[in-house]
Amino acid sequence: MKLSKETLISWYKKMLHTRFFEAQVDAFFAKGMIHGTTHLSIGQEAFAIGSTAALYADDLITSTHRGHGECIGKDADLNRMMAELMGKSNGYCKGKGGSMHIADLEKGNLGANGVVGGGFAIAVGAALTQQMKKTGKVVLCFFGDGASNEGSFHEALNLASIWKLPVVFMCTNNHYGMSMSVARSTAVANIADRAASYEMPGITVDGNDPIKVYEATLAAVERARSGEGPSIVEGITYRWLGHSKSDANRYRTKEEIEAWKDRCPIKAFEKYLIKNNVISQQESDEITAGAKDDIARAVEFAQQGSYPGIETLEEDVYA
Amino acid sequence: MTMALITYKEAVRQAMQEEMRRDENVFLLGEDVGVYGGAFGVSLGMLEEFGEERVRDTPISEGVIAGAAAGAAVTGLRPIAEIMFSDFITIAMDSLVNQAAKMRYMFGGKAKVPMVLRMPGGSGTGAAAQHSQSLEAWLVHVPGLKVVMPSTPYDVKGLLKTAIRDDNPVVFIETKTVYNKKGEVPEEDYVIPFGAADVKRIGRDVTVLATGVMVHRSLEAAEILAKEGIDVEVIDPRTLVPFDKETLVKSVIKTGKLIIVHEACKRGGFGGEVAAEVMESEAFDYLDAPIKRVAGKNIPIPYCMELEKSAVPQVDDIVNAVREIV
Ligand SMILES: Cc1ncc(C[n+]2csc(CCOP(=O)(O)OP(=O)(O)O)c2C)c(N)n1
Ligand SMILES: [Mg+2]
Repeated sequence: MKLSKETLISWYKKMLHTRFFEAQVDAFFAKGMIHGTTHLSIGQEAFAIGSTAALYADDLITSTHRGHGECIGKDADLNRMMAELMGKSNGYCKGKGGSMHIADLEKGNLGANGVVGGGFAIAVGAALTQQMKKTGKVVLCFFGDGASNEGSFHEALNLASIWKLPVVFMCTNNHYGMSMSVARSTAVANIADRAASYEMPGITVDGNDPIKVYEATLAAVERARSGEGPSIVEGITYRWLGHSKSDANRYRTKEEIEAWKDRCPIKAFEKYLIKNNVISQQESDEITAGAKDDIARAVEFAQQGSYPGIETLEEDVYA
Repeated sequence: MTMALITYKEAVRQAMQEEMRRDENVFLLGEDVGVYGGAFGVSLGMLEEFGEERVRDTPISEGVIAGAAAGAAVTGLRPIAEIMFSDFITIAMDSLVNQAAKMRYMFGGKAKVPMVLRMPGGSGTGAAAQHSQSLEAWLVHVPGLKVVMPSTPYDVKGLLKTAIRDDNPVVFIETKTVYNKKGEVPEEDYVIPFGAADVKRIGRDVTVLATGVMVHRSLEAAEILAKEGIDVEVIDPRTLVPFDKETLVKSVIKTGKLIIVHEACKRGGFGGEVAAEVMESEAFDYLDAPIKRVAGKNIPIPYCMELEKSAVPQVDDIVNAVREIV
């Protein structure tokens, strides 16, 4: 597949944005400058960015508690993301949602989700709207390996299949739920194997390779758009950091973590871009520095924002 | 009795450990309860002692966690099932409400369902609307369930033991913001019966009935008010079902004034039930002022820290409510 230089560079940038955004969030957490909890996707950037790259701007996604990458993939404004994590009124949810609830409805992001598996049925409903209104739009439903053991996964996939809805179920298989490995939690080897039960295609790809992820997603998206129904696309990847701030990593070894860090999706993509003469090392360094600057600007924007006033407390409960 | 100073979290763990040592039918199941020790570290170390057979990690499947607990209970085991956050009880609701709670009655008194469903509830951790709810009123409404909501290490240990030994489905709501709070707990085996409120502070001017973390805030408020010469009695019902009406009625007859404090939304909250119980009782004639409820706003819990605080009663809100009523 021929991908333009601009396209590949935009992916690279988005992967860097995701990485630096989350590294900044991690640092702020450690300093107590961001409160609550957050789930970081460092190490998983290729899946979020490669998959959302297969969408048109007005297609839709549902995301998860670990959804910063998908949010950025769907062209979210870094400033408003950072502001939301700092609980500021200029954030995506006016400071009321935080990391687990960032939503950008104008860009088709129906929201991260604090409930594991909370997005399956929402995605099915959103796809039903597209089908009934003949919009031609597709919904990408992101979920984790662990989420596929919720009942709602099975109900949603069955319904999507019998109604041939334009939705693609995107599994970020990072090997673990919180502490439970896929091998211990799940009866099938790959989450995509579950597609067989619902008479839909299921494909498992290297989730650290954005191009492979893009190609697999694009095929599934085109199938969905043409009315042939849903698929599962699963990317195999790895979460470098703890599940959330409370994680002591008791369930895995340092060696395992290090081995996956050696397979950094961003470094690998940089290497690919340079080797194929898409960019030079110098260009790569410039892009990287630029991405860092963008995060610094987002921090500045967030810091300049004010906290939501008490008068907003009871606003927005009802339409 | 020899006493030990331990945290609320340790008290929960000790209750489970001691009951599991005492009765081989008792076991723990839930998400990440094994090597991770549960999201709040409550079951840390239990896997090492009891092994994977009795400290069972489950997939992320709340419906089957609660349902399998019911099925195991009705056939002779005594499961303790953990739901990681009380918010996710919504996913387990059919298993709990339509199955576990009703089996005995529907089957004409033939079944016993000795299960405990433990879950941390409440706000205050900055985890926003889907990880901060107080849903106890929903559960109180279901005949067949017992509902426990302990506020101190002493209470949580004694009540959890009773819950495990009880032959009915018990919903056990732990107060997550006091997990690390310490208190004196006997080293010997003890249990606390259900349906026995605890008067946490004796007073004569006004009765404050509070649950969960609000017990601590009410006690703090009482100390502030004591300096103003207002003597507050603080009652913790400890179990919402069964509810110790007698202790409350006696107190209200003494003070003539009642304030109910809970974290859950005011609308449809447990406070309304308590107020109605008092209105229907002999304490009605002794009331010198309308009963007051100090409770959570009728909103989802917001993320931003200041807003989150404002969503539920703080010490000042309780102090002000008492000042208004006396
Ligand atoms: C219904 C529900 N159950 C449990 C949790 C607690 N929890 C949050 S994330 C998580 C693990 C999810 O695993 P997976 O779906 O693989 O996503 P990952 O965290 O690996 O991105 C758990 C158990 C939750 N938020 N919602
Ligand atoms: Mg996972």
